[in-house]
Amino acid sequence: MPRGQQSIGESAIDVEQLWRTYRTTTGTLRRHRLEIEAVRGISLQVEPGELFGLLGPNGAGKTTTIRVLCTLLLPTSGKVRVRGIDVVDHPGEVRRQIGYVFGGDRGLYDRLSAVDNLRYFADLYGLDPRQQRRRIEAVLELVGLKGRGRERVEGFSRGMRQRLHLARGLLHDPPVLFFDEPTIGVDPVGAREVRQVISDLAKSGKTILLTTHYMFEADSLCDRIAVIAKGKIVAEGTPQELKAGVRVGAVVEIEAYGVPELTVQRIRDLPEVDSVSTEVREQAQLLTVQAQEGSQLTGRLLQLLEGVRVERIAAREPTLEDAYVALVTGE
Amino acid sequence: MVLSGWWYQLKMQAQSGFTVLVALIQPLIFASIAMADQQAGNRTLPLLYYALGAGIMGIWSTVVFGCGGALNWQRHQGMLEPLVIVPAPLVLVLLGITLGTATVGLYAMGATLLWGWLVFGAHLHFANLPAFVIAVIATVVALGLLGLVLGSSFVLYRNSNALSNALEYPVWLVCGLLVPLSLLPGWTHPLAYVLAPTWGVEALRAAAIGGNPWLPLLWCGVSSIAYLGLGVVLVRNVERLSRIHATLTFQ
Repeated sequence: MPRGQQSIGESAIDVEQLWRTYRTTTGTLRRHRLEIEAVRGISLQVEPGELFGLLGPNGAGKTTTIRVLCTLLLPTSGKVRVRGIDVVDHPGEVRRQIGYVFGGDRGLYDRLSAVDNLRYFADLYGLDPRQQRRRIEAVLELVGLKGRGRERVEGFSRGMRQRLHLARGLLHDPPVLFFDEPTIGVDPVGAREVRQVISDLAKSGKTILLTTHYMFEADSLCDRIAVIAKGKIVAEGTPQELKAGVRVGAVVEIEAYGVPELTVQRIRDLPEVDSVSTEVREQAQLLTVQAQEGSQLTGRLLQLLEGVRVERIAAREPTLEDAYVALVTGE
Repeated sequence: MVLSGWWYQLKMQAQSGFTVLVALIQPLIFASIAMADQQAGNRTLPLLYYALGAGIMGIWSTVVFGCGGALNWQRHQGMLEPLVIVPAPLVLVLLGITLGTATVGLYAMGATLLWGWLVFGAHLHFANLPAFVIAVIATVVALGLLGLVLGSSFVLYRNSNALSNALEYPVWLVCGLLVPLSLLPGWTHPLAYVLAPTWGVEALRAAAIGGNPWLPLLWCGVSSIAYLGLGVVLVRNVERLSRIHATLTFQ
C-alpha cells in the first residue's frame, strides 16, 4: 500500500511509549547539565475522523507531544506514526498529510497581506497555481476573513491572526490536523467562532488532535480526551467517562491574603484532603481544597489559617473543573 | 517554490524602513572607501575598479547580515516552524530566502556605483555590457548560495547573528574587494579562491574595464555548484539537529 494511504483498521495517529527529554546547561562559570523530561512514556491512538483532545495545564507536555507528531521535534524514544508513516523516518511524507495550527501573535509575515502569506505557503505546499486562487478564497471565507485578504497582517487583531493561522493550516486540505491551543488569547466571540470551525472540520471527516488547558473546550469539542500532567497521561476517555471516573467529594474555597506556603502544606497534609490548588487573584489568594466526601473541614482549616486574613470560606458542590484539577495535581 | 520565496523575501525587505535606510547610506560609505582606496593607490586603475569592489562589499554585507539576521528574524517571528513543517525540502525554502536577500544586496551595489558617479566622478563605462549583466546575476546567485551555507549554521545556533560581525570584514580583504589579490600574502589566496566574491568581482571588473570575464564566471559557477551541494548536506543535518535540540524556536 502506498505510504500516506490509510489501511482499514489503522489508527490515524499512533503513539507508543513516547519519551522526550530536553537537555540544557545552566550556570556561567561552572556549567551544570540539566535534563528535563517533558514527555514520559505517553501512548495514545486517534482513530480516523476522531476529534481527540490533549488536556493539561501549562508545562504538562502537550505542546512537546504535538511538536513530535508534527515532525518538529524528534522523540528521545518511542514510536510515533501518522497515517501509518513514521514521523522520524519519513518526515516529508508525514508533512504532506498534516496541517498544524498554533496559537499566538507570531507565525505570520506581518509586512505581507493575508493573501500573500497564503500564496507563499500554497507554493511551499505544492498547490497547483491554477487552483491556488480558488483555494485561498475558499479558506479565507471558511475562517471568516473574506474581503480582508488584501490587508497587511500587521493590522490584524489577535483573533484575525488566529483565523489566518487556521486558513494556512487548511490550504492543502490535509486529512489530519493538529491544533495547539488554538483559542489562547482570543476574545470569547472569536474563540467561539474558531471552535465552530474546528467542530465543522471534524464533522467533515478530518482527524483532529487538539491541545488545550480549557476543560470546557475539550468537553464541548472532543470525542475523546487524554488528560496529561507532568508528561504522563493520567486519564483518558470520553468526556462522560472522565466525569464519571473521577470522584471529587467536598470542595472548600478559601479567599485569603498572604497565606504562607507552610500553611498550604499543612492543609495538604490533613488526612481527609485530596488536593489543594492555589490561584492568585490580584492581592488575594484563592485556595481550593478538595476533600473526601463527608469531610467537615471548615473548623480545622480556620485553625490552620489563624493569623491570616481570611476574606471568605465556603463549601460548595464539586464541578468538572475540580475533577480536572484533581487529575492534574495528582493528589 | 524557490522563486516564490525569492519574491516574497524581496517584497518584505523592500517594505522595511530600516533596510531601505541602510541600503541608501551604506553604499555612500562603500563608495567613499573606494575613492580613498583609489587615491591611496597608484591611481593607474580606474575608479570603477574600486567602485565595483565596493559594490560587492555591499552585496556581501547584505548577504552575511541578511542570511543570519533573516533566519533569526524568521525564528523571532515564529516562522521557522511553519517553514520546516511544509513538505518542500528545507534547503529550497532557505534558498529562496537567501537569494532574495542577495538580490536586495544588488540594490546596494547599484547605489554604490551611482554614488561613485555622482559624488566622486567615476566613469560608468562598461567594456562588455552583456557580460557585465551576466556577471552581476552570476555573482548574486553565487552569494545567495554562499548565504545558504552560512544560514544553515545560523538556524542551529540561536544567537549566531554575532558570527555575522566576524565574517563581514575579513571577506572584504581576503577576496580582493578593497585591494588587488596580488597585494595580499600568498597564504590568503587559497581562501580567496573558494569564496564567490573573489570570482564575482573579477568577472565584473573584467566585463566593465576590459579583460576576460568568462574564466572567473566559470569559477563563479563552479563555486555555486559546490555551495549548493554543501548547503544541501548542511541543511539536512542542521534540520535533524534542530529537531533533536529544539532550536527551531526561542522557547
